[in-house]
Amino acid sequence: MSCVLSIDRLCAELANQPEATPLLREVSLQVAAGEVHGLVGMSGAGKSMIAKAVLGVLPRAVRITSGSIRFDGTEIVGIERAQMRQLLARGIAFIPQDPLTALNPTRRIEHQMTDVMRDRLGLSAAAARGRALALLDEVQIREPESVLRRYPHEISGGQRQRVLIAIAFACDPKLIVADEPTTALDVTVQKQILRLIHDLRQRHGTAILFVTHDLGVVAKICDSLSIMHAGLIVEHGTANDVMTSPKNAFTRALFAATPRHDRPDHPLLPVPESVQRSVAEGWRR
Amino acid sequence: MVDAAMPRAQHSQSWQGLTGSGRVIAGVLLVGALVVTAFAAPWIAPYDPLDQDLVAQLQAPNWHTHLLGTDSLGRDLLSRLIYGARIALQVAVLAALPTALLGTVLGLLAGFFGGVLDMVISRLIDVWTSFPPVLLSILLVALIGTGLSSVVIAIIVVDWTRFARIIRAETIKQRHMDYVDAAVVAGMRPLAILRREIVPNVLPLLLVLLTLEMGIAVIVEAILSFVGLSISTDAPTWGGMIAEGRQVVHQAPWIMAFPMLALLATVLGLNLLGDGLKAELDPVLQ
Repeated sequence: MSCVLSIDRLCAELANQPEATPLLREVSLQVAAGEVHGLVGMSGAGKSMIAKAVLGVLPRAVRITSGSIRFDGTEIVGIERAQMRQLLARGIAFIPQDPLTALNPTRRIEHQMTDVMRDRLGLSAAAARGRALALLDEVQIREPESVLRRYPHEISGGQRQRVLIAIAFACDPKLIVADEPTTALDVTVQKQILRLIHDLRQRHGTAILFVTHDLGVVAKICDSLSIMHAGLIVEHGTANDVMTSPKNAFTRALFAATPRHDRPDHPLLPVPESVQRSVAEGWRR
Repeated sequence: MVDAAMPRAQHSQSWQGLTGSGRVIAGVLLVGALVVTAFAAPWIAPYDPLDQDLVAQLQAPNWHTHLLGTDSLGRDLLSRLIYGARIALQVAVLAALPTALLGTVLGLLAGFFGGVLDMVISRLIDVWTSFPPVLLSILLVALIGTGLSSVVIAIIVVDWTRFARIIRAETIKQRHMDYVDAAVVAGMRPLAILRREIVPNVLPLLLVLLTLEMGIAVIVEAILSFVGLSISTDAPTWGGMIAEGRQVVHQAPWIMAFPMLALLATVLGLNLLGDGLKAELDPVLQ
């Protein structure tokens, strides 16, 4: 199996305190070419840390202590800045969580879209503009000409996320890291955005590492899943297997805590403290 | 749908900006008056500001000869006030721009690169600001001698910390925004990120600080002239005029009042401009 992204026993800790707090504990996961891999867990489980580590934008206080991250065969942990830039340019893109802060408020959409294409693909200004228009059309933005001229605060949240998705797909990356791309949007827009990401990745054959806490989203879009808790991967497998027959107690508790519109009488159960604790302690032993 | 509602939302937002633009207009009028006065001084001043007329000392304001009266050496107050605008404007521009440049560069570097560089610059700011600013500038001018350039240097040396501190904080805030991460992931180099992503977002704040600093520079110059440490005592500076007027304030209170009003109008204008620009330029507030 050819893996675009392969993380092997990755450990990271928060190093700005007297006693270092572990954030990731021997996390391993693989994302195959063209696959959508869902990374699911409660808030604080370390999902976003993995996303940031892959993108090389970890906060300064976080230190990777051991393990490896390989993108397309190249080691990312401990890589030189300049090499990382090349690597990112060659094939990793990013759909951020909050479309409100992910676009520079002082620059027009056009420049924010074309900068990347001109830098990475060496396109002329006119060619980059043409491609930007085509991409906006592909993410179903009406009147792309007028959107290009606008500033981020002049378009809606859903449109901003579409623009960010267009930017992510702009250079035909091999891997897109999507960090909760639908969390900041309202439910109807969420659905459209998910369908859009699904369609685009089928057309472009892009692998996606999809970070989310929303199991409903996972069911719709992911091929395989990793369930995280307290910096650990507690279960992984194909989406179908994990969803239909979860093996881990935490996974079962997580599913029980999810509202299901197909079974409105289904009670919502919090993930029991004992299960949460046993996961964390199981690792220590 | 969502998209259709946008033009209307836009319209209502522009109403909120009105207060901001009102302040900008008031500021531009006041500062504009200062600039015009300064440039047109030789044509609009009725007398030579240095011409003494010992027969006409301490004349009250009147329509026939001296519109704003004369000082204790019989010099025309209106003319001195008009020429004083030139010095005020010179100090405002010559002192505020280099101060802003120095402070901003250091603030950007400290905020963006962090680490040791940040520590060194931040501690330097701490030590620097622990000196009382007025005393420090008086000490400086006393050391390097009086004159316009000394005043300018004193302001730069004292006030760069104001910019460095605020710009550093803003840079740190901007550095943690997702669009900076996005730029890193897009493979942009640090200096390009600084130029394209951070500086444009710091610019509105910088403009506001710059106009405020111009007001401060005008006041500092007035303070230094008041204690006789600015440009030669002969020159028509507003601070110098206030100092002279103080000695005869019981006989001729207008001598002190007019330069104070001019100072007030100038600083008020610059502050209004800065405040209004902040409201108008901030893309997030809009």
